[in-house]
Amino acid sequence: MAVDVLRAFAEEVGDARRGPVCAVGGRTQWGIGGPASQGAREVRAPAGVVSFEPAEMTVRVRAATTVADLDDVLAEAGQAVALPPWPSATVGGVLAVGRSGVLRLGYGPVRDTLLEARVVTADGRLVKAGGPTVKNVSGYDLCRLLVGSLGTLGFIAEVVLRTRPLPAARGWFAGVADPFVLHRELHGPTALLWDGTTTWLCLEGHPDDVEAQASRASLDPVDGPPPLPSHRRSLPPGELRGLQGRFVAEVGVGVVHEHHPVAPPPLDPPVAELHRRVRTAFDPTGRLNPGRRPELR
Amino acid sequence: MRDRWAAYRRRVTIALVEDLQAALAPDRVRAEPLELALYGRDASVMRGSAAVVCLPTSTAEVAACVRIARRHRRPFVPRGAGTGLAGGAVPVEGAVVVVTTKMDRILAVDADARVAWVEPGVVNLDLTRHLAPLGLHFAPDPSSQQACTVGGNVANNSGGPHCLASGVTSGHVVALEVVLPDGEVALLGGLDAEPTGLDLRGAFVGSEGTLGIATGIAVRLTPLPPAVATLLLDFASVDAAAEVVSGIIAAGIVPAAVEMMDQRITQAAEAFAHAGYPTDAAAVLLVELDGLPGAVADARERVTRIGEAGGARTVRVAADDAERRLLWKGRKSAFGAVARIKPNYYLHDTVVPRRRLVEVLRQVYAIAARHELLVMNVFHAGDGNLHPLLVFDAREPGVMARVHAAGEEIVAASLAAGGVLSGEHGIGLEKRDLMPLQFSPDDLDAQARLRDAFDPDGVANPTKILPAGSRCADLQAVPEGVWV
Repeated sequence: MAVDVLRAFAEEVGDARRGPVCAVGGRTQWGIGGPASQGAREVRAPAGVVSFEPAEMTVRVRAATTVADLDDVLAEAGQAVALPPWPSATVGGVLAVGRSGVLRLGYGPVRDTLLEARVVTADGRLVKAGGPTVKNVSGYDLCRLLVGSLGTLGFIAEVVLRTRPLPAARGWFAGVADPFVLHRELHGPTALLWDGTTTWLCLEGHPDDVEAQASRASLDPVDGPPPLPSHRRSLPPGELRGLQGRFVAEVGVGVVHEHHPVAPPPLDPPVAELHRRVRTAFDPTGRLNPGRRPELR
Repeated sequence: MRDRWAAYRRRVTIALVEDLQAALAPDRVRAEPLELALYGRDASVMRGSAAVVCLPTSTAEVAACVRIARRHRRPFVPRGAGTGLAGGAVPVEGAVVVVTTKMDRILAVDADARVAWVEPGVVNLDLTRHLAPLGLHFAPDPSSQQACTVGGNVANNSGGPHCLASGVTSGHVVALEVVLPDGEVALLGGLDAEPTGLDLRGAFVGSEGTLGIATGIAVRLTPLPPAVATLLLDFASVDAAAEVVSGIIAAGIVPAAVEMMDQRITQAAEAFAHAGYPTDAAAVLLVELDGLPGAVADARERVTRIGEAGGARTVRVAADDAERRLLWKGRKSAFGAVARIKPNYYLHDTVVPRRRLVEVLRQVYAIAARHELLVMNVFHAGDGNLHPLLVFDAREPGVMARVHAAGEEIVAASLAAGGVLSGEHGIGLEKRDLMPLQFSPDDLDAQARLRDAFDPDGVANPTKILPAGSRCADLQAVPEGVWV
């Protein structure tokens, strides 16, 4: 039964004779990586939590499940996934795009959450990458390659994700402070945002630690992070200090949220050639998400 | 015919050595029989035979080695300190071995950005010691960290006791400068948060030298924790200790490390390190908690409660750093201590779901007993990463066959419980032909496609990781005359 749902999705994707296909999740990051080609047949991965092992801190979930729905299931056992719970964003979509949320400083990048993936290939086969355990170095790490590939190497159908315990306490704080000093002096903040004037800090953990770190930072409690401008670019975390204009920067991470799009830098020629060869190896006819280009992500 | 072939090979090898010596320096290109024999093996039981060994000192020299190997139609085999346990650095016949240990500089450390550029030959522990005054460290800490190199860690996606909370090497490498199998130099990943394009960095880490040679590594640096608690719990049965491990994880506690040692290894380690381990215990757990003081104190209480409820006879909390170091010294010297019992050991590496530790451990003891072998268990229990150690005397006739048979049964039992082939040692040659136990032909085909994209001619560490015929439509073309 469980595998049949995945097989049905693989058959729906089909092989090259069925022409270009486009995987649709929650359309929350639809514009990223170039326009989805007109005319490509839209397919949707199956949804639902397959199995959750709280004592293992892993969950098996189908790709079209929303992150928010998944977190609701996990919360019953006091756990969550380190994926951004943007409204209506799906697990498969968040992984395929690979962009993290504002808690990345504490939670790490999206790519580290994925343990195993069942993927439909360009010729309609169901392929497994990785393994279900929290530690695994058996063979090539295709899971890392899938995250951020915008569906161009295969469509994610089902995954096993690492979960994390929900913190006993969480607080957001804000005020005027040097975020770079805070980054150096606080231990393990979950988020540190800065717009050039105001600093926002998210602390999670034991209530005593949250209180002690907050008082050390001498910032005031607030409800949450500031609204984020709709575009983003990625800098080395050491280059944030000189930012100008209107922005919200993730200190310690390097993601900068801005009001205007900035085109990513072009790939170096040898890396561009590797991209071409990897994409050709996995999708020789270019039928998976044909308009998407990971190098524009 | 045989003699003429041998003479021909000698002649072309001389030409190969001469070209390499011209590109590097005569003393950094070695082809003496003794040295070739040394570099023909790693820390596994496997043997190979290199044609020549190169010790480059720069990216340009590594690229030159690769280009010259190609021109002479030879495969190349990257190598760090040779501490690998799966045969990943064991050369195929006729290979050019490229050793990165002379590239051992820490190039730049940015404490604010928490990143350092290092050359591949930097020893893991040297890096961490170098960073200590800055309050930082490199998190992966394999048991071989006194000898293994960061380049080797990248190739094997190495782990270690403290990877339970902090994750394996892939999560600690942000960018790589690599020499590709065609001799081109490429930068994979980047220092920025979300490098554009496919995560080729992630694909390269753990590829065991089959996608190229890392010549520069940007590692993520982790702050030292402000508070640490190290606990030693001892049990009257292995089952009880394993149940407590599951109980800790199920309670939502993520310790920095949870290590288990059974009685035999505890006794051996105690005799060696005098750490005060209880030698009458059937099993001990070494649990380390780190982070902010409130969280550490809270977790220490909860782990103590779970341990006592689960049958721990005593819970010893290290009073200070000296005691903490002593408790770890026993654990980290456990493998060396085994030499007191039998001259040889075979160390296995599989992972099982943590909730199935009890049953798989029982099977491991039963398998060893069935093959009349002594087994000792010292492993990363917190992430289900088993390291059964089969100890034996290789001079005993027929013993190797029993060791191999028991090993394959342990791997099969781990996979049957929903586990995987390797948690940190990698596949190399050792487990290459066991890959079909974990992966279907279609799964292996996908892995082969990645490899072919990087190395269409199959010159980078051939014969490792993937069993023959992994590519469904076999497009792997081996250049004519390559000795693989």
